[in-house]
Amino acid sequence: MVVAVASGKGGTGKTTLASSLALVAAEKGKVIFLDCDVEEPNGHIMLKPRWEKKEAVQVPVPEINQEKCTFCGRCAEICAFHALVVLPQEVLLFPTMCHGCGGCWHLCPAGAISPGWREIGLVEEGSSEGIGFVRGRLNVGEAISPPLIEAVKERCRPGELNILDAPPGTSCPVIRTVKGADFCLLVTEPTPFGLHDLELACEMVASLGVPCGVVVNRSDGDDRLIRQFCQQNNLPLLLQLPHDREVARGYARGIPAVKVRPEWKEYFAALLSFIEEGGCTGARTGGAQREGRHGQDYRLRESGRTGSR
Amino acid sequence: MKVAVCARESHINSPVDQRFGRCPYFVVVDVDSGDWEGLPNTGCHSGGGAGIQTAQLLVNAGVKAVLVDRIGPNAMEVLARAGIQVYEGISGTVSQSVEAYRQGHLKLLSQPNSPRHSRRGRS
Amino acid sequence: MLADCDVDAANLYLLLDPVVKSASPFYGLKKATINKEKCLGCNLCLHLCRYDAIRPGFVVDPVLCEGCALCYHACPCGAVEMMDHVAGHLFHSETRYGPLVHARLGIAEDNSGKLVAAVRKEARRLAEEEKKELIITDGPPGIGCPVISCLSGTDLVLVVTEPTFSGKHDLERVLDLAEHFGCRAAVCVNKWDLEPENTRAVESLCNRRRVPVVGHLPYDESAVEAVKRGRPVILECSRTMEKGILALWDQLKALLN
Repeated sequence: MVVAVASGKGGTGKTTLASSLALVAAEKGKVIFLDCDVEEPNGHIMLKPRWEKKEAVQVPVPEINQEKCTFCGRCAEICAFHALVVLPQEVLLFPTMCHGCGGCWHLCPAGAISPGWREIGLVEEGSSEGIGFVRGRLNVGEAISPPLIEAVKERCRPGELNILDAPPGTSCPVIRTVKGADFCLLVTEPTPFGLHDLELACEMVASLGVPCGVVVNRSDGDDRLIRQFCQQNNLPLLLQLPHDREVARGYARGIPAVKVRPEWKEYFAALLSFIEEGGCTGARTGGAQREGRHGQDYRLRESGRTGSR
Repeated sequence: MKVAVCARESHINSPVDQRFGRCPYFVVVDVDSGDWEGLPNTGCHSGGGAGIQTAQLLVNAGVKAVLVDRIGPNAMEVLARAGIQVYEGISGTVSQSVEAYRQGHLKLLSQPNSPRHSRRGRS
Repeated sequence: MLADCDVDAANLYLLLDPVVKSASPFYGLKKATINKEKCLGCNLCLHLCRYDAIRPGFVVDPVLCEGCALCYHACPCGAVEMMDHVAGHLFHSETRYGPLVHARLGIAEDNSGKLVAAVRKEARRLAEEEKKELIITDGPPGIGCPVISCLSGTDLVLVVTEPTFSGKHDLERVLDLAEHFGCRAAVCVNKWDLEPENTRAVESLCNRRRVPVVGHLPYDESAVEAVKRGRPVILECSRTMEKGILALWDQLKALLN
């Protein structure tokens, strides 16, 4: 089963929820925590894994044969991402702008462009207290994260509970993370800000056809704004984690919430039961399958090895 | 010889603009004849890669030098490879900046003076 | 004059009770649509699309379409059209504190740097028109293109940080950026009393970098309560918080002059 943890904005407590959920789930069965926030991963701060394996992830990129090139400028014209510049005697490539769409090598009139590979980041695997841990780390300066996110999601294991810690927000990397999940937990706070961003996040999850439920962090006990929203939109409000200064202090020091407040474990356990026993109604898009072309278009190399493609 | 200046408006007395990739116009001045023309910066409408597209625009326009306040690494690379010189230190109006260039008061740049603008922001 | 440049999560308006005066669409990269009449069903687009954006029945999913236009160029019968795509909206509103320019980017949309530039341009234009002397901008988080778009031409950037592990790391990155841009910076530590030790670390960091620390705001429940009621914090918070905010403003005024 694949459960994604997302939120409409940063700082709501996504990693707090995801890491504590993993710790509680590990007491009953096999769990993997997959940190899909490849730009700024922070799950490891909470779970402190021991690292075991590391692989580089590569994506397609054009290779220009400057001999065959006629400098017609067509590739620069069609490149929607401005990765190519054609000068009178030379074609320049900006690899980090490239989205790997293949437009240039498919459309070059002189056949002077062919697909090559370049590395965008690493996928690292390890474990912590019996929890499997996977994270992606995007290389500094890279702008394209979806292929790396796909590489992380590839490490989901069927038959186990896979918890995906999504990046914050509702943009492309979040969509790629949540797409195909069996369930999505949306973390929010009981303020007009939290509500506003929850609305955006719900829209995003609905557009992907993934069933979802809401978790309120820093709850005031009432959470009227969020409760009303959930009622109006038929969304389950699954957990309300109280506003707790000790937990906040623990977070500042990298201590998971359920270690600061072990009495909270039963609430996380109840949440897990809900999801596992049929919180997942609604259309499924085949969660365990590879999603999309990105899944087929990246490949792995053990880091440190050079050599042929 | 043609020199392009980052500008807010499309005329010789326009205030200059600090940004290379997102300035709305360039004013291209022929420093020999004094003739000038406004050039809309199509690059400023880009989502990402504005600097690159803007640099391509100037390559296509045949300018030999660009006068800027700030310019990022991608744009700088394109201009350098194209043999276009970049000078920093513009201020006031386009015509004042061209005069400063003529007097040798502007500094020739060999490196970008603005960091990478890549889309690694948090949402 | 107020501007909300956090276009991915614009929520300043939630506290200011604005009245929207005008809204204009913001266009991002064009997205593909398939004209079913012309389509031959050859599947070439499906085969070529690297983002899995072409659904069964030859319908393009605008959320997944990245606008690369390969399908448009490759289609043998010209059945693909690249259509203007409204990626968001730019608003001009009135609030009790002055005009507010804000924007909203749609789900899964990119191009936030461009929208930020549009918000700033509009804010500048209005400030000149209405003779406003000060533009206060609610900036985007991080250090990417949207932030850079915001820093350019700014007189002073107030960096808000918290005394946590990640807070200090992110603070350094923002200060690096401001330095690169020749933009004066000042720092305010929010929830400073949560971890006084970390707060001291932040202060020495700022000291080393010659960046003034102009404010310390406490971890304060009343502030959260005010926000929940959709009210600006200073109108309804505790005395301690109020004093902290006023002291911050005094320091900022001094820096601005």
